Amino acid sequence: MNNIHDMGGMQGFGAIPIEENEPVFHSEWEAKAMAITVAMGAWGRWNIDASRHARERLAPQEYLNLTYYERWIAALADLMVDRGLVTVSELQSGKPDGGATTAQPPLTADKVAAVLARGGPVLREIDTAPRFKIGDSVRTARDNPDGHTRLPRYARGRQGVITLHHGAHVFPDSNAKGLGEAPQHLYAVTFNATELWGRHASAKDSVTLDAWESYLEPA
Amino acid sequence: MDDHKEREHSHSGHGHGHGHGHDEHDAPHSHLPSDPALRVKALETLLVDKGLVDPAALDALIETYEHKIGPRNGAKVVAKAWCDPDFKAWLLRDATAAIASLGFTGRQGEHMVAVENSAALHNMVVCTLCSCYPWSVLGIPPVWYKSEAYRSRAVIDPRGVLSEFGVTLPETAAVKVWDSTAEVRYLVIPQRPEGTDGLNEEQLAELVTRNSMIGTELLSADSGSEQP
Repeated sequence: MNNIHDMGGMQGFGAIPIEENEPVFHSEWEAKAMAITVAMGAWGRWNIDASRHARERLAPQEYLNLTYYERWIAALADLMVDRGLVTVSELQSGKPDGGATTAQPPLTADKVAAVLARGGPVLREIDTAPRFKIGDSVRTARDNPDGHTRLPRYARGRQGVITLHHGAHVFPDSNAKGLGEAPQHLYAVTFNATELWGRHASAKDSVTLDAWESYLEPA
Repeated sequence: MDDHKEREHSHSGHGHGHGHGHDEHDAPHSHLPSDPALRVKALETLLVDKGLVDPAALDALIETYEHKIGPRNGAKVVAKAWCDPDFKAWLLRDATAAIASLGFTGRQGEHMVAVENSAALHNMVVCTLCSCYPWSVLGIPPVWYKSEAYRSRAVIDPRGVLSEFGVTLPETAAVKVWDSTAEVRYLVIPQRPEGTDGLNEEQLAELVTRNSMIGTELLSADSGSEQP
């Protein structure tokens, strides 16, 4: 999706906001926003790719006007309504709709440590052999899908070299849409900075990103 | 379900028919209070009342990331790599397993790759698409890592970004930027500072800063004292 979240190579955002002795959270609501988002994920009504896509779908002007955790909460509210966990009238009133029974949360305090320690590994066994090997020259796709994708615009239609094979991983473009994990081989692809940015980039520098096999063609 | 249908579906339940495509102000989240503190409080109250979240689980999550999981985890990994060549070789070959052997596993650190800095090669990490970060070894990312400025410029102007952090690399050094576009999370192993030969692993871990493990700081023998 060609939305504002895909920021690599954009200019004009100013200086890096470096903060000395930065706290983990800047306010109680930021901490709560993180915790609520993680806790609601445990319902299993969406996956991490759908969650990222919900944030990407925020309109550009809104995205830029929201801080980091405000984006999380906005996307969470949209996902919860879409997946039937809350209704718009409940968001408006702040109270459960009449007649609703009280649910049992899947994530309770005693499970937090184990759930975080387990995480959500996305490595999968697949039957197909990897199409590429380390050292192969590849060119990235020039697709512009309107759904979720993890090939940033700055690296589309560019030539690079396979530098790592990560095994087969869940394919976000499919998983975000609820169409299944459809795992594919995943590779680190290294691009010369001049291939990405032109002759003013340093010829010594490079950018490496992780690309699923269907993003790549032999070059 | 394609993206367009998903949006339509998410808008179908509340009767605000719009004849144009610019309906973001009618999205479900726009019904929450505009002030972020009130917005989160309203959501928390609703979700607790509905039984969708356990308040004690929220407290446990916050406690974990405020006090238990943070950059000291990564610092221990780096210090061990500096002191133990076998561990370092394992870390560079299979970082997920090597890091797990120290007890650091899980959410946003499921698949780790360690990359080593040298005089000739400087690694730095970004996620241009969101803010992917190795939570299990570095904790919650700092604001600068999540900022538009860093996400946009780290790939196109890494040396300019580094200069804002006070890092100037020699022309002879190559900069390699890792854009975390999948669930693989990258940990930079910074160069061990000069003059630290007499320090043990624990003392070395004290020198290792969060930024040095993202690649926006070079360490010296008096690094590290400012951090939590």
